Amino acid sequence: MTTEARKPHAIDINVLNRAEKPGRDKFDTCISVRDLNLFYGSKQALHNVSMEMPRKKVTAYIGPSGCGKSTLLRCINRMNDLVDGVSIQGKLLLDGEDIYDKNVNVAALRRRVGMVFQKPNPFPKSIYENVAYGLRIQGINDRRVLDEIVEKSLRGAALWDEAKDRLNDNALGMSGGQQQRLVIARAIAIEPEVILLDEPASALDPISTLKIEELIDELKEKYTIVIVTHNMQQAARVSDYTAFMYMGELIEFGETSELFTNPAKKQTEDYITGRYG
Amino acid sequence: MDNSIINQHISRQFNKEMEDIRNKVLTMGGLVEQQVDLATNAFMSYDMESAEKVIQQDQLINALEKDIDHECTEIMAKRQPAAFDLRMLIATIKIITDLERIGDEAARIAKMTMRIEAADYYQDKYYEIEHLLEMVKDMLNGALDAYARTDTEEVIAITAQDHKVDREYTSITRQLITQMMEDPRNITRALDMLWTARALERIGDHSCNVCEHVIYMVKGKDVRHLSHEELEKTVNEVR
Repeated sequence: MTTEARKPHAIDINVLNRAEKPGRDKFDTCISVRDLNLFYGSKQALHNVSMEMPRKKVTAYIGPSGCGKSTLLRCINRMNDLVDGVSIQGKLLLDGEDIYDKNVNVAALRRRVGMVFQKPNPFPKSIYENVAYGLRIQGINDRRVLDEIVEKSLRGAALWDEAKDRLNDNALGMSGGQQQRLVIARAIAIEPEVILLDEPASALDPISTLKIEELIDELKEKYTIVIVTHNMQQAARVSDYTAFMYMGELIEFGETSELFTNPAKKQTEDYITGRYG
Repeated sequence: MDNSIINQHISRQFNKEMEDIRNKVLTMGGLVEQQVDLATNAFMSYDMESAEKVIQQDQLINALEKDIDHECTEIMAKRQPAAFDLRMLIATIKIITDLERIGDEAARIAKMTMRIEAADYYQDKYYEIEHLLEMVKDMLNGALDAYARTDTEEVIAITAQDHKVDREYTSITRQLITQMMEDPRNITRALDMLWTARALERIGDHSCNVCEHVIYMVKGKDVRHLSHEELEKTVNEVR
C-alpha cells in the first residue's frame, strides 16, 4: 500500500454512459443458425435450434452432458460430416452464406473456422513446425514469411515468451497448458474468422485455465469465438453471450450478464444455480 | 415466488447455508422491530429500564450484521452463486445494513430518553408522534414479511406509505414550530419530539429501502431512486 496522498481525480460525469452494453440492436451477426435439426441415425440430437452469434464476441454454450452443445459447435465447421449416419436439416449461415450448400468447399470452410479441442493435440513435431503446419499445407514455404507468422501467432496465443528459445523442441515436451495455447497458435496462424473451442480448459490446471481465459479475451478483438464449457463460472467470465441448451433444444440465449443474474427461463435458473431440473 | 426456492439445490449443504442466512436476517429483523417498540415506549412513558435494554441490545444487532455479512461473503467465495441465489445474497447484504441503521435510530431515541431530566418530563404529552409511529411500524413489519415470503405483492403498498409518513413528519414539524413560537418553555420538549419524529421518519425510509432490495431479489430489477409510479410500473411489468 502506498502512503502517498491521494491525487485529485478528474471527475467525469459521463463515466456511467461509457460502459456500453452490447445490446441486440448493435449486434453484428457472424453466424446464424436457422431451424437446425440434426439426427444421428434415427436419434434426433438437435431440435429446431435458431440463434444469431455476434462477430468478434465470445458466445458460450452451456448445458448438461448430452444436451447437444458440442454437436451444435461441430456443425459450425462441418465436423459432423465425419460422423457416420448424420443428417442435418435447416440452415447455418456464416456471413450470410449457407455452409451446408452443395458448392461449399469444406476445406476452405475449415480454414475460416478453426477449432480447438478438449485435449491438446499438437503434432509430434517441433513447436515451430506445429504452428507453420497449416501454412505449409497452403504452399507457403518462404522461411521469412513463416518466421513472421509463427512469431505473430505464438504472441497472439500468449506463448511467445515461453517458447521463443525452444522453437525447435518437440511440442509434446510442453506442459498441457502450453500445448493448448500452441494448438490455439496453430489455429490462428491461418487467420480464421471464427474459432471454435470445445472445452478448451477442462483438462488444464487452474493457472493454465486462467491463461486460456485471458487469451480468449484478447482473441475476441480479432476473431469470433464460440466456446463449449461445462464450467459455468468460466462461461460467465469469458463470454459476452450465453446459450443454455437442454435435451437438444436451445432453451435461452442472451447476454451473459443478464443470463447469469436474471435468467428468463426457469430451466436456465435451475441449471445455473444447481437446482433439481 | 415459491418460498421453497432456497431449498431446491442439489447440494443440501448449500440449502442449509442459504436457509441459515434467511433465518438470521429474520431474527435480526424481529430484534430490530422489538427495539423500535421498546425505544418508543421508553420515550413516551419515560421508562428508563426499556431505554437501557435498547442500548444494550443494539450490540447484538451490530454483531448479527457482521455475522450475516461474513456468511454471505463466504458463500460467494465458495459457491459462486448465480441468478436468484446471487440476488438474494446481494439483497441480504444491503437489507441488513438498513436494518442495522433502524437499530441505530431506535438506540438514538433510547439515548435521548435517558437524557431527558425527570423534571422536564411531560406525562402523556408525546401524542403527536403516535400516528407516525404506527405507520412506520407497519412499514417495517411489511418489509420483513416480504423478505420472509420472497414476495413483492405487498411492497407497493409499503412504499406508498412512505409518502404519507413524509407528509405526517412535515405536519408534526409545523405543529412543533407553532408550539415553540407560542411559548419558549416548550422548546426543550418540542426538540426532543422533533428528533424522535425524525428518527421514525428515517426508519420509514430504511423500511422502504428493504422493500426495494426485496424487489431486486425477487424480480431482478433495480428499482432504487425511481418515483413511486415508475416503481409500481416496474414491479407489475416483470413476471
